[in-house]
Amino acid sequence: MTAFEPVLLANIANREGPTLRSYEATGGYEALREMLARHSPDHVKDLVRASGLRGRGGAGFPTGLKWTFLPQDHPGPVYFCLNADESEPGTFNNRVLMEGDPHQVLEGLILSCYATSATTAYIYLRYEYPLALRRMQAAIDECYAAGYLGRGILGTGFSLNVYLHRGAAAYVCGEETGLIESLEGKRAWPRIKPPFPAVEGVFRKPTVVNNVETMACVKQICRRGVDWFRSLGVPPDPNDPRDPGSLGPKLYCLSGHVERPGCYEAPLGLTVRALIEDFGGGVWKGRKAKAAIPGGISTGLLRSDEFDCRLDFTDPVRHGCLGLGTAAVVVLDETVSMVDFLHNSCQFFAHESCGQCTPCREGTTWALKMLRRIRAGRGRWKDLDLLLEIADSIGIIPGSTICGLADGAAWPIKNAIRKFRGEFEDTIRDSNPHGYGQTAPVPALDAVEST
Amino acid sequence: MSQGQRLLSDEILAEIRAFFPRYPTRQAVVLPALHVVHERLRHVPRQAVVEIADLLGLIPAQVQDTLTFYGFFKQDEPHGRHRIWLCRSISCHLRGSDELLAHLRARTGVGPGETTADGRLTIECAECLGACEQAPCMLAGDTLCSWLTEDKLNEILDSLD
Repeated sequence: MTAFEPVLLANIANREGPTLRSYEATGGYEALREMLARHSPDHVKDLVRASGLRGRGGAGFPTGLKWTFLPQDHPGPVYFCLNADESEPGTFNNRVLMEGDPHQVLEGLILSCYATSATTAYIYLRYEYPLALRRMQAAIDECYAAGYLGRGILGTGFSLNVYLHRGAAAYVCGEETGLIESLEGKRAWPRIKPPFPAVEGVFRKPTVVNNVETMACVKQICRRGVDWFRSLGVPPDPNDPRDPGSLGPKLYCLSGHVERPGCYEAPLGLTVRALIEDFGGGVWKGRKAKAAIPGGISTGLLRSDEFDCRLDFTDPVRHGCLGLGTAAVVVLDETVSMVDFLHNSCQFFAHESCGQCTPCREGTTWALKMLRRIRAGRGRWKDLDLLLEIADSIGIIPGSTICGLADGAAWPIKNAIRKFRGEFEDTIRDSNPHGYGQTAPVPALDAVEST
Repeated sequence: MSQGQRLLSDEILAEIRAFFPRYPTRQAVVLPALHVVHERLRHVPRQAVVEIADLLGLIPAQVQDTLTFYGFFKQDEPHGRHRIWLCRSISCHLRGSDELLAHLRARTGVGPGETTADGRLTIECAECLGACEQAPCMLAGDTLCSWLTEDKLNEILDSLD
């Protein structure tokens, strides 16, 4: 592959710090000036649609298509929600963008609002990002002072207000309708769809919800053009008319047991192996890898013999994972206990389940209790099948929950047990010889509930 | 709600009112209001819930419902002068957050969700802080503390007043 020059991360290390001046010095807001002066909102919408950009938040829905779901003749207002509630374990690309190049995010946001005729944008920012809050607020203030935000932007008839809205430590707010409920001041219980947010979203008005990295892509599409964007990544499969492809640059997060963890940019379709070896300097301490999470913990696990998996919107699914997710790769070296890994995953989802749907609320908690029991040396043979039964029955895919949080809880369970079953069996056999092969009554949980 | 002394000062109420023009409904101000009160009082007691509801034209249960949903807000007692959030999610777990939590417990004598007897420090476990390339990490107030070791943790704890 020819050398790829980072675009989304090009100005992250800017020595002057992320000021409006330094951003403008590299051509910042030229795309916005050009679009506002010469082109209609529909033109911007068409560019984004033609680029094939798919949302970078996890689901990979085509951004331009999402925008076309807004009703045509609605009296308004249309609201735009920037989803900056990045909370998927392993994921930090949006933090890097907001802290290092907030104006790139804002320029994409303003362009997107212009395209969708939104006049108010809320940036739903997770509480845990205080530096991003300061940097984004400073950038917003600079934009108002420079006429990029407010009434009559750059002398046109387009007006836009942008407000930062802080979350309060709840993973489910990253789900778009959970975010909307939270923004309305309520508990973040995701809504049943339809109606989709584009038709009836926040404050019962048409609403667009997009991810931070998606905004940076919109800016770059408007600046560099559709052809540039489509020249990167994995083109649509000619044999599958429904495949929109995996186009454009992507920010990959790499963490866990690697020598050089970090946020790296490359075209979509990088293999897990290339990310770990070429960017991350290999597995740490000269060890071998046992497994890797391909796109945030929700997406499940790849075995080390599956590292040729391409990080695009389709290949992780072929390897039994939930999807590309956030392209956040977490490497597990050969010393990691898969029981410990799965316990950590179950702990996360049991804590973050919002409690609205019973299969998710009870299923995630039950799975955690079983993992605690196995770790405490009281696991039963039968627990493994029971865990799989829970995992196979909770989520949108089996049709038992409203949002995808439970699918995310299920995938690590399915992948860990199906791909590493022997290790779970060994752990139960070695730690609880009495329970091996037994399906005895469940031991009292109090004994293992102390953590 | 006029019984007794008002808890929220005029200054706090003004700070909350400043959010009104941003949203088409008053209910949307609940989360900003809770943050304002929590930042000043280090918790949001029941009386404050009633007063926020009164200010926003809601019933107290609506505010209480929102408050209790989010893991961030304390209600029964204020958190310590310092509140630290040690990340326990997968990337930090793989790089030793369990050992750091054990060290924190041993050094301070308190566990997650608890405050030291002198009111100086509250420890919390955080889910993914989104700084996985800097694991293991924690938030101390508004400061991200990266690549923690026991020594580094000791230094940070010593530096808190």
